[in-house]
Amino acid sequence: MKFGVVIFPGSNCDHDCYYAIHSVLGKPAEFIWHQETSVNGFDAVILPGGFAYGDYLRTGALAKFSPVMQAVKTFADKGGLVIGICNGFQILTEAGMLPGALMRNSNLKYVCKHLQIRTETTDTPFTNRLGKGQVLNIPIGHGEGNYFADEDTLKELEDNQQVAFRYLENPNGSIHDIAGIVNKGRNVLGMMPHPDRSSEQLLGSTDGKLIFESMVNALAGSRG
Amino acid sequence: MKATIIVTLKPTVLDPQGITIQRSAQSMGLAEVTVIRQGKYFDVHLAESTPPERGKELVQKLAKDVLTNPVIEEFRIVWEQKQ
Repeated sequence: MKFGVVIFPGSNCDHDCYYAIHSVLGKPAEFIWHQETSVNGFDAVILPGGFAYGDYLRTGALAKFSPVMQAVKTFADKGGLVIGICNGFQILTEAGMLPGALMRNSNLKYVCKHLQIRTETTDTPFTNRLGKGQVLNIPIGHGEGNYFADEDTLKELEDNQQVAFRYLENPNGSIHDIAGIVNKGRNVLGMMPHPDRSSEQLLGSTDGKLIFESMVNALAGSRG
Repeated sequence: MKATIIVTLKPTVLDPQGITIQRSAQSMGLAEVTVIRQGKYFDVHLAESTPPERGKELVQKLAKDVLTNPVIEEFRIVWEQKQ
């Protein structure tokens, strides 16, 4: 089982993600440079937080054209596990791998703090170690985490139980208090809060680790 | 050929930046300013040799696939008139 952490120019949580997988979970992890055209050999791909391509044009907008994203898309289409955290979530929506868009926070402020999110579904490879309704203590750090989708898309998300996490107290104006969603195939998760920054007690919470452990669990299960 | 592409949020999408600028306008005494919507503006130059049809096609593609996020934004293209 091998995790890949993509590095875009401007990623700044790549080492946090690598550390969480490699040092906290003790699972193999490698970095993947954004110019790579293949993610063969990896069982899960992490798109880390940061400001890929300087967030020029729109957050995540230019990252979707990088060679590695074509490979990540193909990987996901075949059922590979992909988690996008913060800027990674923004990239996944821009790339069309998750529905909706992330807009400027409604209060226009960059919000950086620990908050609580509620687990809305355990039926995903990212939440199988969690209980339904389980509240996680997890940090956010973003200026553009205001999730938006049109009514039809929202209905589909809710009907298919694709909302993975909701904020208990909405920090950014996200519609339906959405903090994270999965795609229809449930193998792609995007979330604004940072499990990578909450995988070790030293950082104030180990709740985020449960998300990575769920992935490990799912990957172990899929290999029988 | 030269084109200007103007990207704006869809009318149904809240524009917190526009609202904040509008409030600032109010507080500096410009009471008549009731709505401001913020957007983006792109000047695009094409090689002189570009056939007009091809130019129109690719500027449309650029605006649609790169400059705009269709979930929240829309665009319009203004072509520079030849003198």
